[in-house]
Amino acid sequence: MNFPYNEKVLEHFKNPRNVGSIEDPDGKSTEGSPACGDMVSVYIKVEEDAKRIKDIKFESYGCASNIATGSIITELAKGKTLDEAKNISWQEASDALGGLPKIKTHCSVLAVDGLRAAIRNYEEKHGLIKERISTTKEIVLKRLRHVMNPLAGLDLVRTNLITGIKVENGIVEVTVDLPEGHQFANNIREEIMEKIESLWDINKVIVNFNG
Amino acid sequence: MEKETIYFDNAASTRMDERVLSAMKPYLFDVYAVATSEFGYSLGIEAREALDDARENILSALGNPAGKLIFTSGSTESSNIAIKGVVKKLSGKKGNHVIVSKIEDFPVLNSAKSLEREGFKVTYLDVDKYGLVDMDQFKDSISKETILVSIQHANQEIGTIQDIKTIGEICRKNNIVFHSDATHSFMRVPMDLSKLGVDLLTISAHTIHGPKGIGALFLREGVSIAKWIDGGFQEFDLRAGVENIPGAVGFAKAVELVTEEENERLGNLRDYLIEKVQNEIPYVTPNGHPEKRVPHNANITFHYVEGESITLHLDMKGFSVSTGSACFSKSLEASHVILGIGGDHERAHGSVRFTLGRFNKKEDVDGIVKALKEIVSQLRAISPLKGEKVR
Repeated sequence: MNFPYNEKVLEHFKNPRNVGSIEDPDGKSTEGSPACGDMVSVYIKVEEDAKRIKDIKFESYGCASNIATGSIITELAKGKTLDEAKNISWQEASDALGGLPKIKTHCSVLAVDGLRAAIRNYEEKHGLIKERISTTKEIVLKRLRHVMNPLAGLDLVRTNLITGIKVENGIVEVTVDLPEGHQFANNIREEIMEKIESLWDINKVIVNFNG
Repeated sequence: MEKETIYFDNAASTRMDERVLSAMKPYLFDVYAVATSEFGYSLGIEAREALDDARENILSALGNPAGKLIFTSGSTESSNIAIKGVVKKLSGKKGNHVIVSKIEDFPVLNSAKSLEREGFKVTYLDVDKYGLVDMDQFKDSISKETILVSIQHANQEIGTIQDIKTIGEICRKNNIVFHSDATHSFMRVPMDLSKLGVDLLTISAHTIHGPKGIGALFLREGVSIAKWIDGGFQEFDLRAGVENIPGAVGFAKAVELVTEEENERLGNLRDYLIEKVQNEIPYVTPNGHPEKRVPHNANITFHYVEGESITLHLDMKGFSVSTGSACFSKSLEASHVILGIGGDHERAHGSVRFTLGRFNKKEDVDGIVKALKEIVSQLRAISPLKGEKVR
């Protein structure tokens, strides 16, 4: 049989580790959305003193590489400190799986982002974000790289849909090059709000469509 | 391959029938000459007669319409010849406007896009939630400039059959050439071209248990197209090159082997599959028209799960199907058909196409539904989307 993935990926796909949710998690994240295809939720329990991940679970609505990466990333992160876990890269996850097809980077990178976002969520909730950097256009742009353009399956920035970003007095204004009535306008707006609103110095997010 | 594959992707291609191979064999090993004119040598005359017979038999299956049947390398080529050949012949003399539906298969869709790049105007007609072309929009989009309409007979993914009769009548009335891609309905749905206003029809052999690499384009009498391939005078001086006689003979044999009983059996099996899935698996939506559809196609969205995960699990259990999910395609684009019928990306991502053929049995359907039930419930268990409805 010639399957599209190697045996290790198939094994994690068939029997994903650490699947499910954690009730009352210390940190939690959801990356992606059904409109974009793939979606991953990550839940963590953290040992407070050691800042170590003592339990981690994930859920995936995605393709095989998304599920397999979610599985391996939870294995890699379990028992690690938050700082160690934050640094697990997509490449490490891919290597641990014996290699993923390049075209599947987008689907699998979501799990890595999910882990980092769950850790950030924990840190934000526990006031652990040490450097309170003022939000800049660059920071907003970086976060928008995690909002998918469902038409292309790639993020908004890479597909040139962001035509304007304004950051002023705790208000972020983002302009998207799509018509207001576009079928994905609402999805995209919600995702942008979710990604930007959690920034510590932002009180309001405005998303304009002017395609 | 270690174990037998149970194949449910007969719209993509089919296993060739052994009887087709038997019919082809003499034209590979005994009558292998090129088709000569009636004044050539005997082996060549025999080859030409076989080619003519194959042509006649296929035309007869289409209701003996007045016109030519041009053998091609397959339906992709047929649709390319039809669209580009007509446009090349008429451009400069008539208008520059072409109408297609937005759920056409890629040969038609990308031929239209290629014309657009050359400066033609193309209208991509919307379809309703079942995949039927919006007839009001169709009528409204016709202008003096319109030279060609290309609307498929049946859809490649959801199996919906268009109202070709009415579309043909409208084209006739407006003196517009009408091409239809019938790759996914030929021989599966009765088609009498002597009564339909179709000027050009694309058909293929490998979707009906015939050989790959051979298809045909029907060209109605009085409709002309530009020469497609330069060279000799083969295929009515429209497509040069040594004729694929074993292929043509195999094609005709494949046509001969499809029976009404077979189509009825496939229709019943398809209904059985859809019903069984609906009875045994919650949160599913069948795609396509409930009645106006080819007998061998079922397309079902399994909500809250992604199609590539389903197809891979099925593959590991020995079943072959395809999906409209972006993750399954090389381009990472979701099915334009499911999006075209107003489905969102979630609906496309969870869509699975089952297409039946001669070698599928009832046990195969029982087997795949049993496998699906396990797979879908396993994937839903790990999906963050399950929400209140599935819990």
